This record gives sequence, C-alpha cells and structure tokens, in this order.
Amino acid sequence: MSPLDAVPKSIPRRASVDLPTVTLAHGGGGRAMRDLIDGVFLEAFGCPELKEMNDAAVIALSGLAAQGDRLAFTTDSFVVDPLVFPGGDIGKLAVCGTINDLAVSGARPLYLTCAVILEEGFPIPELRRIVGSMASAAREAEVAVVTGDTKVVGRGACDKLFINTAGIGVIEHGLDLGPTRVRPGDVILVNGLLGDHGATILNARGDLALSTPIESDCAALHDLIGVVKAAAPNLRFLRDATRGGLATVLNEVAESARVGIALDESAVPIRAEVKGFCEILGLDPLYLANEGKLVAIVPEAEAPAALAAMRGHRHGAEAAVIGRVTDRRPGRVTMRTVFGGERVVDMLVGDQLPRIC
Amino acid sequence: MRYVDEFRDPVRAKALLGRIEALAASLAQARDRPLYLMEVCGGHTHTIFKFGIEGLLPKSIELVHGPGCPVCVLPMGRVDDCVALAETPGVILATFGDAMRVPGSKKSLMQAKADGADIRMVYSPLDALQLARANPGREVVFFALGFETTMPSTALTVLQAEAEGIRNFSLFCNHITIIPTMKAILDSPELKIDGFLGPGHVSMVIGTAPYRFIAEQYKKPLVVSGFEPLDVLQSIWMVLAQLAEGRTEIENQYVRVVPAGGNDKALEAVDRVFELRPFFEWRGLGSIDHSGIRIRDAYASFDAERRYSVPDVKIADPKSCQCGEVLKGAIKPWECKVFGKACTPATPMGALMVSSEGACAAYYQYGDLDDLARRSASA
Repeated sequence: MSPLDAVPKSIPRRASVDLPTVTLAHGGGGRAMRDLIDGVFLEAFGCPELKEMNDAAVIALSGLAAQGDRLAFTTDSFVVDPLVFPGGDIGKLAVCGTINDLAVSGARPLYLTCAVILEEGFPIPELRRIVGSMASAAREAEVAVVTGDTKVVGRGACDKLFINTAGIGVIEHGLDLGPTRVRPGDVILVNGLLGDHGATILNARGDLALSTPIESDCAALHDLIGVVKAAAPNLRFLRDATRGGLATVLNEVAESARVGIALDESAVPIRAEVKGFCEILGLDPLYLANEGKLVAIVPEAEAPAALAAMRGHRHGAEAAVIGRVTDRRPGRVTMRTVFGGERVVDMLVGDQLPRIC
Repeated sequence: MRYVDEFRDPVRAKALLGRIEALAASLAQARDRPLYLMEVCGGHTHTIFKFGIEGLLPKSIELVHGPGCPVCVLPMGRVDDCVALAETPGVILATFGDAMRVPGSKKSLMQAKADGADIRMVYSPLDALQLARANPGREVVFFALGFETTMPSTALTVLQAEAEGIRNFSLFCNHITIIPTMKAILDSPELKIDGFLGPGHVSMVIGTAPYRFIAEQYKKPLVVSGFEPLDVLQSIWMVLAQLAEGRTEIENQYVRVVPAGGNDKALEAVDRVFELRPFFEWRGLGSIDHSGIRIRDAYASFDAERRYSVPDVKIADPKSCQCGEVLKGAIKPWECKVFGKACTPATPMGALMVSSEGACAAYYQYGDLDDLARRSASA
C-alpha cells in the first residue's frame, strides 16, 4: 500500500487560507503559515511523515536497503514561465523532473521534498491547484512527498512562484549506468517525439501569436525505464533530454566517453507542428527542451528488444533508433542530414535566439 | 511538412549534384584554381551549413560567405550607441534576439540588460509598437536592423504609429542596403568571385532589376536564390551553366517568391519613411557610400538619433579581427588569426562569430573544427 492511501480525504479549512492571496504573514512562521501548510500542502500531499510536522522526514534504512545497495539523491529548481501551460504546470514539472533525474541514474524514485518560494500576492486558489497537481503527479508515480518548506517574499523579489524538489531513490544491486560504459557500436534510442515541451513553453508565453496544438510531454519516466532495463540488461546509459535538448545530452556523452556519435536526421522523431514552429522561428528542434523524453544507449544486440519495450509503453509509442556510437572523431556529434550532407551538432553557447531574416 | 520537405528531397539533390559535378569538371579544365561562388545572404550561409551542402559539392567549387548578415556588419560604435540608448532613463529598448550578443566596445545589449537596462526581445517592429501602446509613461526605442527584407515592416510600423498618434515610439535606424555593398565588393582589388547567389528575400522587395549592373558592367553571373537546400543547389547549377555557356545574366531561381518587379507597396512605404545616408560604416568593410538608411525629416519625431543625444561613437575594428577579409572572400573563416582562439561564439570578437548567419559562427557551430585546425596549420 502506498503511504498516500492513508491520506484523510478532508481536513477542515483554516481561516487564513480562505484569503484570496498569499501575504507576508503566510511566511512569518506563525499561525497563518501553519494554516497555509495545513490547508494547502498537507491537504494535498498528506502522507504520514509530512503530517508529523517534524523538522526532518525520518526514513527507515531497512526499507531502503531491501531495494538496493546505493542511494541516489538529487535536487532541481523550477522557475518555468508561464506557471500553467498546455500539458502540465510547474507542479507536475517539479515532481516529474526530479523523478526523472533519479530514474535515469538507474534509481527507483521513492521520496521527494517540496520547497516553495511564493511572491506576496500570489492567489491561494492557484497555489492550491498547483500543489494539487504536484500531489496527483506524485501519487501516479507512487512517490511520497515527505517534507517541505514554504517561504514568502515581497512583491518583485521572485516571479510568482518557484519550486525546489529534492529526491531520494535506491539503485538495485549490480546496475551500473553512465557515459563511461558507452562503447563504439552501441545504439542510441529516444522514447518519442522531441521538442514538444520547449515549443509549448515558447508558444505559451504568447508573444509569438502562433496557434498550434502542441502540448508539453511532461511525464515521469521511471516506469518506462523499468521495462527498458528488463529488456536490455546491459543498458549502458540513460539521460533525460531536458534543457539543451537531445543535442546537448549527446555532446555530453561524446565528451565524457571520448566516443563519436553519428546521428541520422531522418530517424529523429519530431512532430510536424514542432518542425514548422522551429522553421518559422529559426530554432533547431535538436536543442529544444523535453520533459518526458530520454536518450538510451544500449549494446547493438539489445537494441531491438529495448526499442520494442519502449514502443509497448505508453510513454514510448513513438520511440526510435536515431544513431550510433562510433570510434570516429571522439568527442564530436555528427549528423547525416535529411538532404544527404553531414554536419557537426555542437553544444549551444547560450539560449537559442530567433534569427531576424 | 508541405512546402518544405519538397525542397529537401535527397533524391532530387543527388540528380542536381550529378549535373553540378559534370559542369564543374568541364569548367575546371580551363582554370588553375577553384570556382569561387559568393552567397551574398546570411540566410543562404545558414542553409549551406545546416544541411552540410559544402561537403556535397565537388572540390572545384568554393563557396564564399558574403556580407548579407545585417547583425554581422554592424560596427561596434553603433552597438555602443544602442547600449547608450538602452541605458537612457525611461527607455525600453526593443530588439530582435540576434542583436543581443553583438559585442560593443564595452558591453553587448545582453550585458546591458543584466546591468539593469530594460531591453525586450521582439519578433517584429509591431511588437515594439505594442510595447509603446502598453507603456504610455515610457519611451520605446526599436533597434531597427536589416536589409530591404525588414525595411518595409519598419516603415509600415512608423506609418502605423503616426496614424495612431503614438508619440512614445522611435527607431534607432540601422537599416542598410545591399546593392552599394555588392558594388564595393566587386570594386575590391582582392576580388576572386566568379559568380553570385543573390539574396532571395531582399529581392522579394526590390525585384531583380537592381542587380543588372553586376552582369552588364562587371560581367559576373548572379542567380537570385531561395533558402531551402534544393534552391541553393539549383542556383549553383544555374550559375555554373551561365559560366559554361559564357553568359553573364541576372536569373531568378526563387520565382515562387520573387517577382521580377519586386513589391511596389513595400517599396512605396520604404520610400515614404526612409532616405539614403551619404555614407554608412560597415564592420570589416569600412565606410560605404549610400549604403545606410535614415528616417526622412517628415518623420523626424520617430528618429531616436534626433530625439536623444546618441554618442555617435566611432570605434575601429580590433586589429587582430579579420572579419573584413572574410566578408570579401579574401580569406576563409578558419584562416583568420583569432578564429576559434580569441574569437569563439562564447567570446565573439568579430561580428561574424555572433550571429548564426555569420560565416565564422557557422563554421564553428557546424563545421569540422579538427579538420579546420589541420587545414589552418598547413596553410
């Protein structure tokens, strides 16, 4: 049974969370803050560790040790603008992002923290929706939010709402993933269409006035990773292709493993709407952020099974083999273009800036 | 994707490459050096690198990446002036994203933004006008950049601002015109160019007639080209065909977009709002007569250079920077003394390293640096 099943379904509302907006009093450490924590966070997450309201969540080592022999520990901060976008919101992102960082390290994600920095004047109903979205993402992923923190800062000192989540997971005995395990001849896979999240966020900012049906791919990938691990027991490397996109991940692998990477542009799955979006704005989809896509590198012999396993999973229906690890030009990512030419795919210097003509 | 994939078809590319190879081989017999073809426009440079076209062409053809990237040819002094405008109290500076990282003598716009200047990235001059409407208590200055491609939209924005009576909007006008610059390149004693790919989107506005002097006086072929990879290949083939047949003409490959007569309405708006400056400074190329555009007296109230005291800084290009020789095709980007060393996309010295349309940034981003290092060592 998940610890979340013990959540009481209703907790009486407290007076100061029925106010329309967050005030500095909600960060003051007194009654108002307590009301906000009880009425918004505990009501949504409500797991036993959190309800005890201790300064730290206490987790029994025996339970962890039964699942593996190493702890994975990560943290990530979320400042996305806008807070709500097609396909998700900052809350779902904060849960899935940290789960994915654990999962691509080979860990089974177990516990999360939730630290929130709120700007004075932030609407409490909106906070409730975002925290609710965190809770439902955590529940779906069977991960418990076990401790947290809330701070309120004056108007202008942060932009509406920032979230930090840290996460703990356990890595099973014998599993070893990392770029140094990558070998020439290995095969590179992705679990689906790239660039949806980056395009969605750019578009949701509203200054482009483009109408597209693109949605963020924001999703927790640990379950998909479980089936890939089972299908490809000698899995070498996993990484989620978040900021900087596919191109950045592959450059990191090529550099740290001192191998070459050869991509086939025609095999890289990108939906037509994202391609069109990038054509109009002069962006390269290889660098667009994803929040539910990973790069997997497997030995050639296990590639067909890994691909089939991905495609059989709801987060991998459009999975594809996109290239190979080579011993040519160590440290470099090259791509055979759709046009038949070859080019280098380098790291970006800064953000992708739109071209002017 | 319709209207895009058709122009990236590898099967058609292969057929065209076969024809290019055959023509290049017969042309190579009569000469002791490669054929130098200049793509004038930065958009073409971008396509050539993005699709790996250089590697597909026979060795007897060398592409020279021309000056048609408006961000790249902006002199450092104008960037300093723009930073000064952005740092004027009460001003919101609106700019295209490409211009953010262009180095000034002290800082770029991106650094000025980090230091507190209110700089907003926009996608169109109309977005800048919207900023002026939304911030009536502030002064919005639009950093107007580009060749004839972007000039009409700037002109129409000024006309719109006038029609609405918007007073808190002005332009820092850095528009430039391509023809005098092509003439300057053709007059350069270092010129080695055998033919040109003409800019597609500039020509959509000005038509093909303004290029006639290139064929008639300078006896060089020019083909106005589209921006998809098949457009570029077909245009290269058309230039080679002219050379092989001893013709020098202005031809239009980009007929689906470029009307021979240009766009009258766009030209009319440009003519109403703008006039030629006597001369304008280009990074790497020096001062070129009648190559810059300014706002006519009738619209002086929209001219940031007249509304504010712009320092009008003149800064010489750094001595070690060889952007000018690259722009004229005298040297290749990797032959520059600072390429990839003091000058990289993260720390650009010269403007060609800044924009993704700049030849140096394109080589750095998409080219094979190890191979370039070997070539520059053996040069």
